[in-house]
Amino acid sequence: MSKITNCMLVGVGGQGILLASSMISNAAMACGMDIKNNEVHGMAQRGGSVAAQIRFGEEVYSPLVKKGKADFLIALEVIEALRYADFLSPQGKALVSTQRIIPTTVSAGPFEYPDDPEELVRRRFSDPVLCPCMDIAAGLGEPRASNIVMTGLLSRYLPFPEQIWIDLLKKQIKPEYLAVNIEAFVAGRHFHEPVLE
Amino acid sequence: MIDKMLLSGNEALARGAYEAGVTIGCGYPGTPSTEILENLVNYQGVYTQWSPNEKVALEVAAGACWAGARSVVTMKHVGLNVAADPLMTLSYLGVKGGLAVIVCDDPGMHSSQNEQDTRHYARLGKIPLLEPSDSQEAKDFVRFAMDISERFCTPVIIRSTTRISHSRSLVSLGERAEQGQKPFFVKDPKRFVPVPVYARQMKVRVDKRLEELASFASIHASNKVLRMGAGLGIITSGIAYQYARETFPDASILKLGMSYPFPDKLILDFSETVESLLIVEELDAFLEEHCLALGLKVEGIKHRPKQGELDLDRLEGMKMSFCTSHNIVCESKGSRDIDMKQESAAALPPRPPVLCPGCPHRGIFYELRKFKPVIIGDIGCYSLAVFPPLEAMDTILCMGSGVSSTLGLEKSGTEQKVVGVVGDSTFFHSGMTGLLDIVYNKGTATILVLDNRTTAMTGHQEHPGTGRTLMGEETVCANIEEIARALGVRHVKTIDPYKLSEVRETLKEALDLDEPSVVISRRPCLLLKKTERGRPFSVANGLCEGCGACLKLGCPGLEMEKGKEKGFKVRINQMLCVGCGLCAQICPKDAFVRD
Repeated sequence: MSKITNCMLVGVGGQGILLASSMISNAAMACGMDIKNNEVHGMAQRGGSVAAQIRFGEEVYSPLVKKGKADFLIALEVIEALRYADFLSPQGKALVSTQRIIPTTVSAGPFEYPDDPEELVRRRFSDPVLCPCMDIAAGLGEPRASNIVMTGLLSRYLPFPEQIWIDLLKKQIKPEYLAVNIEAFVAGRHFHEPVLE
Repeated sequence: MIDKMLLSGNEALARGAYEAGVTIGCGYPGTPSTEILENLVNYQGVYTQWSPNEKVALEVAAGACWAGARSVVTMKHVGLNVAADPLMTLSYLGVKGGLAVIVCDDPGMHSSQNEQDTRHYARLGKIPLLEPSDSQEAKDFVRFAMDISERFCTPVIIRSTTRISHSRSLVSLGERAEQGQKPFFVKDPKRFVPVPVYARQMKVRVDKRLEELASFASIHASNKVLRMGAGLGIITSGIAYQYARETFPDASILKLGMSYPFPDKLILDFSETVESLLIVEELDAFLEEHCLALGLKVEGIKHRPKQGELDLDRLEGMKMSFCTSHNIVCESKGSRDIDMKQESAAALPPRPPVLCPGCPHRGIFYELRKFKPVIIGDIGCYSLAVFPPLEAMDTILCMGSGVSSTLGLEKSGTEQKVVGVVGDSTFFHSGMTGLLDIVYNKGTATILVLDNRTTAMTGHQEHPGTGRTLMGEETVCANIEEIARALGVRHVKTIDPYKLSEVRETLKEALDLDEPSVVISRRPCLLLKKTERGRPFSVANGLCEGCGACLKLGCPGLEMEKGKEKGFKVRINQMLCVGCGLCAQICPKDAFVRD
């Protein structure tokens, strides 16, 4: 079997995972690859922890990614990266938004949100990219575009030309939000982590 | 047309219906089936409708098919229980135009209350069964279903599952095959009226048809052999085929697309060509038990979990178990090699689905639980009220039981107060008959109808109370108050769930009555595009003392991190808050202010 690229896209229902998943899948399709992806609908979407899976390559059978086989773990919420950590291959790359969404099991329940989730991410993954997607999107005036910032960040690691992504944004985003989403994508694509002391 | 498109299984099923010349599509929403009709409505030349429930939908399609129209009916697995009555006898009457019942199972119960295996219904009704394994097959199998349906004069079940319906893969599109003949109902009582004298003849035809279908299945194009080695042979169907293909690259595979009636000849021929047989299927041992009945030495379910859906990890486990028990050395490519570091995941706070910020159901449950009644719930978003901190749902059985089961609880002799909770779409689906029963048999329960003006959980479908059809036309808007009164309920009240004091007083009044009462909580779902959102609230500087009263609402927009250094202060997530104002009505310090 030829090499299949496996992406695991995780976050919280309502963060725009379906759009990001659709962008990645359509970019792979535009480059002539076979694709399978999987989405979450229904009850599971209501603010719960959600995962979409995207696989592309020469010929793909299963729409689901096997544990330990994901080439990319893309997390739109920081502790969701940890929740799905065992899907990432040891050689895989974790791309993690630093956004925190406090679950009601913490606010109104007995659980605690980790004090320093970013440090947990650094300990759990080898060389993860931590990106303040939400702050970047908010800085552009559209906090809801943090999913597109993340898609831009991922695009750096995928072999698809930038123009394909931009064309997809033009197809999928309403005209009044297009400009800011393109900015969000470009900001993600050119994001560099500040060097830690 | 040779275009390829990336379609979900449900989009492909809709496309397949269009290409197959289907002119009627009916159904009731239910995850994971909902998007089939939502896509079919976009094609020219197809009449589509949401029916109040699945039984009605199938009966509508049956009427259409007797006149010669091709039709599809869509529903989730539990919906077929509701439609089982017409389906079992439709098998006897048969069809003229093709009729496919498209049923989507939910192994793993991502969004369902059980994980029943629809394939048993095919055997129960002596109805042919098709199981696509990707979007291309989902599209193609609708055409197969129409051909089989008309050729053998039978309804056909197409069984999808969550991972077929909600996975996308590439599909080659085709042209629509228009059906030429104008529909006309030809009277033929011996065929269409199952009074016993005719029904007995129908049964003879059904049994003969089943034998013919079994022979046909053995040569049908959707049943294929993938020949590899002569060692291990796998028999599989549906999504399980994809996992098997990836996990057993060296095994020969008999892939069943038309899996019932069982293609016995094909199965027996395949079994001759391999040394050992493994059945890879999801949920019940449907194929396996039949293969055992054929006298074949097969294994399957003992190597996999009986619960939940199959995936690559579970199939890897199945492979290891099978190989170990047969002393076959097989290399694990599984996740076992990897240091899982599970401890980091175990310590994370869980994140279950919750009622959305501003959900109109929240205030109702917040007040209702204070009266400590037994709360009989129903199927819908409001089932999420079972979780802390609301914990205001004591039982859920099925669509409509939120009304009817209240009567039984009351007649049991318990002296507890009983409240039934249903949604608007659920009320029309099967709540009305239960309410009639309460009135007729002198119950005194309070029925809460949470009318959020849509079928919310499944993604906002129209229903008889929205005043609009699936095809976007304006229509009569069924009025829940008038229906309740017409059924004989005298105490009918309508409230705004954002006004907590009104909710509290109305509930108290209704619960104290010695007669049945209906309280309708009316406010549109926040996720509906046309619903206006209020400006978000925020916490006035220094006023929150961290008492946690507002957190009993379970609103995800209210965040509080615990720990001394974090100060036990509530903050409002401005991205999530829609300004419903419930927290502001509860806060003893008036800490919430609108920005």
